[in-house]
Amino acid sequence: MRIVIVGAGEVGSSIAKSLCDTHEVVVVDNDPERVESVTYNIDVLAIEGDGVTLSTLAETDVAEADILIASTDDDETNIITCGTAKTLGDPFTIARVRDTKFLDTWQQAEGALGVDFMVGTTLLAARSVVRVIGLPSARDVDTFAGGRVQMAEFEIPPDSPVAGQTVQEADRFESLTFAAILRPDDVVIPSGQTRIEAGDEVVVIGSESSVQALAAEVSPHAGTVDDILIVGGTDIGYQIAKLLGEQGLTPRLVERDHDRARELAELLPNTTVLESDGTDRDFLEREHISEVDTVVSALNRNERNLLASLLAKRLGAERAVAIVGEMEYVDLFEAVGVDVAINPREATAEEITRFTRERRAENVALIENDRAEVIEIEVDEDSVLAGKPIQESVVDLPDGVVIGAITRNGDFVIPRGGTVVEPGDTAVLFVDADVVEEATAVL
Amino acid sequence: MNLRVDWRASVSLVGSVLKYLSLPLALPAAVAIVYDNGVLAFLPVMALTLVAGVGLERLDPDPDIGAREGFLMVALTWLAVALVGMLPYVIAGMGTESTLADPVNALFESMSGFTTTGATVMGSIGFDHHSHALMLWRQLTQWLGGMGIVVLAVAILPELSVGGAQLMDAEAPGPGIEKLTPRIAETARVLWLIYLGFTVLQFLLLYGLHHAGLAPNMGLYNAIAHPLTTMPTGGFSPEARSIEAFSSVVQWVIIPFMVAAGTNFALFWKALNGDVRSVFRDSEFRFYAGTLAVFAALGAGLLYGGVGVGLAELPVEVPPIAGEFEDALRHSTFQVVSIVTTTGYASMDFNTWSPVAQFLLVFGMFIGGSAGSTGGAIKMVRTLVILKSLKRELFTTVHPDAVSPVRLAGKPLDERALRGIYAFTLLYVVLFFVASGLVLLDATRIPESVTAFEGMSAVAATLGNVGPGVGIVGPMNNYLAFPDTSKLFMVFLMWVGRLEVIPVFVLLTGAYWRS
Repeated sequence: MRIVIVGAGEVGSSIAKSLCDTHEVVVVDNDPERVESVTYNIDVLAIEGDGVTLSTLAETDVAEADILIASTDDDETNIITCGTAKTLGDPFTIARVRDTKFLDTWQQAEGALGVDFMVGTTLLAARSVVRVIGLPSARDVDTFAGGRVQMAEFEIPPDSPVAGQTVQEADRFESLTFAAILRPDDVVIPSGQTRIEAGDEVVVIGSESSVQALAAEVSPHAGTVDDILIVGGTDIGYQIAKLLGEQGLTPRLVERDHDRARELAELLPNTTVLESDGTDRDFLEREHISEVDTVVSALNRNERNLLASLLAKRLGAERAVAIVGEMEYVDLFEAVGVDVAINPREATAEEITRFTRERRAENVALIENDRAEVIEIEVDEDSVLAGKPIQESVVDLPDGVVIGAITRNGDFVIPRGGTVVEPGDTAVLFVDADVVEEATAVL
Repeated sequence: MNLRVDWRASVSLVGSVLKYLSLPLALPAAVAIVYDNGVLAFLPVMALTLVAGVGLERLDPDPDIGAREGFLMVALTWLAVALVGMLPYVIAGMGTESTLADPVNALFESMSGFTTTGATVMGSIGFDHHSHALMLWRQLTQWLGGMGIVVLAVAILPELSVGGAQLMDAEAPGPGIEKLTPRIAETARVLWLIYLGFTVLQFLLLYGLHHAGLAPNMGLYNAIAHPLTTMPTGGFSPEARSIEAFSSVVQWVIIPFMVAAGTNFALFWKALNGDVRSVFRDSEFRFYAGTLAVFAALGAGLLYGGVGVGLAELPVEVPPIAGEFEDALRHSTFQVVSIVTTTGYASMDFNTWSPVAQFLLVFGMFIGGSAGSTGGAIKMVRTLVILKSLKRELFTTVHPDAVSPVRLAGKPLDERALRGIYAFTLLYVVLFFVASGLVLLDATRIPESVTAFEGMSAVAATLGNVGPGVGIVGPMNNYLAFPDTSKLFMVFLMWVGRLEVIPVFVLLTGAYWRS
């Protein structure tokens, strides 16, 4: 397909990188330095110009394009870009918006504004946070196959009972696959004899109950999560509180600004809103931070989020989740003591990428900044998986692909060597970044 | 983050290129079989290239190329192909009178070939001294180097798609590259296909003229050999008298192909896509066409008026051109186009021209072809930008508070791009003067006398990848007179000239290897 991406920031570049191997990608940005860097680092055609203008869009041959992705940092620009593109041709338009009110408008007036698909970064990030909260000790959680299959990434702490065990010893669960072990410079596809070491990142795919059971196994002292403190009444903070409230939890939310705190208190009946500073030690001690299960920092600035998270951990909070504005800081945050760093941009890039995959893979999760992907596909007649046992189809798959789970007519099927995959099944696979193109071509 | 240069990755990719270099070596080998002469000069080289290539590839099975490794890879690739390209000359020359049996001469000829310079140290050019296969290899080196060996590698090697843009940038003439299509490999293929298309078209025309009886000397061999060195602006010819050996019709036909070779190939792509107007709107192309026209007109005036003919006593074989309108126009146009595009063909011995007419040509050696063409030297676009910058300097002297961007085709250039252009041009000129001094100093060791103008023309012609200079290195002469030290130095000049100085000079800085 021919894909035009307007906006070569972190989201645009990340999408371009994921798509450039299998599609013809044209990227537009009005910053000449970004255009130059994209030209030399990603195999796409980069054009300098303003994506809102007709002349620039015409230069990209948007009329010939199959998909237009508007991923600048400005909601209004993205929406107008989609509308403008529709006047030149009929590409499938995808707009990235931060403000949830646009998303609401668009959802209520299906297909309005010339946008065919709208991705709300705030809502996506909030959902990621809520998923991670629900699974203590996990780094990253994603659901597939309509929620029947879960993918989770755990870091194995040194005191974990699992550390030092082989995969065979650790895997005592009915419907769970150990898809991969990520080490700093290597992605290991484990066999039964592979030993799990402290510090490894383990990616598992399986039914929700098995993943939950393993989570308890990985860090036994992480109990249930019901005491949650959200620091920062930003848009994301609000969405997180709202989603948690819908699950029947009663989080506390800290907001410094008097008017905003009042507004949030009115909007969130299930949330205790506290008007204070989330980085104030005395306040945190007053609120018994040491007994909090999870602290979520959703302030507006990276450094304040880092400070709030580290302070909360220092004062005894069990787990700290922080929102990070830049993709490149995710690793840094997690290295200095934040348990999970969530990047709205990454979540957005994942969401948009999944729309544009060959054969429309239904769902994609990027692992650790694109080191690997977990994809969900519907098996059709031409797939190498169709109609034969997994041990036979594995021969035709590149190294670095693991079949994590299968669902058939809504039921979970445990993939074992002898399992015969049938057309119509949904398969969730772990795929090493190096072989994504190869794998998606044959699946 | 690896801060050190990963030289293994670079060398491994050079290995990949070498591996594939054995394929074009098969062409002269096949020709040698047809003519039943000289196949042994090629078969061992093919085997050696293949083995060396595969061996070097093993250094790093999965090379990861960054900007730094790109410079190293491109610079080493050109050195490596030149070293391989010299072997057939050495092997074929063993035990014969050939001047190319000497390794220094062979390396000079090979580097001159790949860099599309066209300066020669072949003592006696002709088939009585060299096999048809070897002469074809000499033509072929220029054709391979023309659109760029690395560009060709990016076009055919899938593993180069990631760092491909940086590699092409380090190799391609002119500041920066222009992607024509979303995929860099496809852009590289488009460029090579246009290049191939022109080569085939020129062959058809030349061979057609031969069959029409208008080009008696342009047989099948010559009709293949000349397009191979016109399109890369190379200038080698299997004929000792270069293009003088052909009819005036052939000379007229070659001119537009040299002009095309010196044009930015991206413009042809646009024209092929139906956007012909953008070719004539392109400011570099207009400047290029204007420069050629002005220089050709000046030259024609000088020759027609008799001012351009310097020798009081004309040698018998040089027909008089003063007062002959068609001759004056043809030779001036041909020679100006040939030198400015850095091709280096000669339609006559311009050593018989007057100093002022010769100076016109040497001046043209500095301007060179367009960015994105197969031409060498400073390039039209840089010359144009520098003229515009000078105009701005004068303007801001009068209006000190004026904010006046330098525009190219209506688009303002950013100051960083300008700085790159100044830096390159200054480096080029400094290098020219320092090199001229060294070459003239070295030339005091030989019995032949080399005037300052001749020595400088030799440096301008090798650094600018032109080929012939004037006087001792004139179009009907060669570079044999220089001592080996000078020849090796000129090999270096051709190498840095083809890669536009910076990629090679970067490798000579300590900072490149340290941090």
